[in-house]
Amino acid sequence: MDFQLSEDQRALRTGVRELLAGRFGRERLRAAVDAQGADRPPGLDRALWRELGEAGLFSLRLPEADGGVGLGLPEAVLVFEEAGRALLPGPLVATHLAAGEIPGAATGETVVAAVDGTLVEWLDEADVVRGDVTGAVALRSADPLTPLHRVPRAAPTDPVAAVLTAAEQLGSAARTCELAVQHARTREQFGRPIGAFQAVKHLCAEMLVRVEVARGAVYAAAVTADPLDIAAAGLLADEAAERGAHDCLQVHGGMGFTWESDVHLHLKRAWVRARRGQSAADAEEALAQDLLSPAGR
Amino acid sequence: MDLACTPEEEEFRARLRQWLAEVLPSLPPKPSPDDWPGRRAYDLGWQRMLYDAGYAGLHWPADAGGRGVTPTQHLIFLEETEKAGAPYVGANFVGLLHAGPTIAAEGTPEQRARWLPPVLRGEEVWCQGFSEPDAGSDLAALRTRAWRDGDDYVVSGSKIWTSHAEVADWCELLVRTDARAPKHRGISWLAMPMDAPGITVRPLRTLAGSTEFAEVFLDEVRVPVANRVGAENDGWRVTMVTLSFERGTAFVGEVVACRRVLGELAREARKNGRWDDPALRRRLGRLNAEFRALWRLTQWNVSESELTGGVPGTGGSVFKLRYSHVRQELYDAAAEVLGPEALDLSREWTLDRLSSLSYTIAAGTSQIQRNIVAERILGLPKGR
Ligand SMILES: Cc1cc2nc3c(=O)[nH]c(=O)nc-3n(C[C@H](O)[C@H](O)[C@H](O)COP(=O)(O)OP(=O)(O)OC[C@H]3O[C@@H](n4cnc5c(N)ncnc54)[C@H](O)[C@@H]3O)c2cc1C
Repeated sequence: MDFQLSEDQRALRTGVRELLAGRFGRERLRAAVDAQGADRPPGLDRALWRELGEAGLFSLRLPEADGGVGLGLPEAVLVFEEAGRALLPGPLVATHLAAGEIPGAATGETVVAAVDGTLVEWLDEADVVRGDVTGAVALRSADPLTPLHRVPRAAPTDPVAAVLTAAEQLGSAARTCELAVQHARTREQFGRPIGAFQAVKHLCAEMLVRVEVARGAVYAAAVTADPLDIAAAGLLADEAAERGAHDCLQVHGGMGFTWESDVHLHLKRAWVRARRGQSAADAEEALAQDLLSPAGR
Repeated sequence: MDLACTPEEEEFRARLRQWLAEVLPSLPPKPSPDDWPGRRAYDLGWQRMLYDAGYAGLHWPADAGGRGVTPTQHLIFLEETEKAGAPYVGANFVGLLHAGPTIAAEGTPEQRARWLPPVLRGEEVWCQGFSEPDAGSDLAALRTRAWRDGDDYVVSGSKIWTSHAEVADWCELLVRTDARAPKHRGISWLAMPMDAPGITVRPLRTLAGSTEFAEVFLDEVRVPVANRVGAENDGWRVTMVTLSFERGTAFVGEVVACRRVLGELAREARKNGRWDDPALRRRLGRLNAEFRALWRLTQWNVSESELTGGVPGTGGSVFKLRYSHVRQELYDAAAEVLGPEALDLSREWTLDRLSSLSYTIAAGTSQIQRNIVAERILGLPKGR
């Protein structure tokens, strides 16, 4: 059994992290946040989108014969984990899933949005929308970098989309753990770093535990693509991302409550992603039924 | 990144399954929890069967009499024996998992030859005399003293929470050999024969009503200097060598067992009607997600140790924190399934619920594990 990243997979992860740091670093993230106003929804950076296409983010799982990179779901998960870390905006999952099916999606020429449940992300910016969007109503999105519409008719969710979403949640959870630790090491109160206080230290330790447990579940779901593994990965990754961002906010004190800090961006995006795919109730119900099946033993 | 086993690993599994199917029906009946001589005989008997079949000391290095199998094979062994309902390691725990590996790593050739084979053959039981009344989490504060007298150490003091003390032949004992040195540097590791004069074992009753551990009083007990493993005053390091490195397999059997219990809970709930409550179903479904994830994390850690030769103990801390907590949640959910019967001690799950309360305490409390994760993995400053 070799349930570890291969050398190629490590290199892929490093490459994507560097690409995103260069093309969508903190300044670009903040510029994107600040560019949108009360009545101006965020726009999508088409040049960046094409660059992501060139880098293979959308065509990653397409066979090489079809102009793709020919990699599998585990590699896609590593890439989407990095996207989650970097808070990369846009309908990444929908466009990735459309590669090979909708012309231009693979290369980043075409932006594809999709109905997921009763929500559509990035409807107005998309060239192609999958699913029935008649009667779509714009929401004032809680996440400054994800415009949202509600639609009356729910669409079924794609299991691969659920794995990639879980990967984004995992990346975000790992990042908020890092941000909390960085702050806890440098911010001083009562004459010492706040990370020396156990109340703070133990919050950080539990953040890491949630990240590592979710990591096992998400990577396994990428390997097996089993619906129950995916359900479990979604539950644990959502929890790691939402609680991680929340605890990260707490560690940052008043600074964590500001617009200027990045913590709220992680929290809000985690909330958006947690709405995608199967609801927690449905996932738990499916995992409960599994316990009664002979195979679940 | 893959979860498939190699053909060799599958063959190892198939042979083991076959052997288990052959031998398990011939096992004697399980002794009652308070029948200590019976438990000792049962646990040693099982170890002897493993030895005869070539399954003893799978994870020990070959030059210590072990089989030197890969971490994945060890995982398969623990998974399959638990699934087949084979006996748990029981009284062999300290010998196989702690004292033995310590002697294998730090002992002289004579010491290895004296102590390791009887552990593998199921002939001798070890216990662990580390904790003291005033030295628990702060283990290095231990005060049991040992001073030299000719070829012996003379040991006085007391140990507490010593599991299996009543039936042990040997105790891996931490003693203070230099009272003036900084606390970590004045400790030595001794193998103490439990039949030496001056030892009094007083069983302690646990909250579950049984006597799983004991107080051990030491009144001028003579232990040969030749029984010291490692240099004098180097006992802390000697102990940590084993404590700080494992192969990710520490909780394999237990996670498998928890997943089985979870399935049993679901079926019990179906039978008694509580399954109709969606809140309960969701709770059990959530636990299924947790234990599936813990199983994946186990596979991850085992694969890591396959690559690196071991998993740093800090990785074990991450695992133990979540596992010990989720195991307690499992038995809280069991109580919900049982309803009023959750108060009936003749229900196995009621006793298991009580036992599970020790999981966040024994082998390093959850608070101590969080300190370890925060300070050694995340690099947060020490302090309190
Ligand atoms: C079932 C069982 C079997 C055991 N078997 C053995 C055995 O065979 N051999 C052996 O040597 N020992 C054994 N032990 C002992 C075990 O290792 C200790 O109980 C454990 O290390 C805790 O020590 P303590 O009980 O003295 O608690 P204490 O150290 O007094 O802790 C009390 C509370 O204070 C907290 N605390 C202490 N220090 C800190 C800190 N720095 N930061 C934050 N919180 C802190 C703890 O988390 C805990 O909540 C066993 C224990 C149990 C429950």
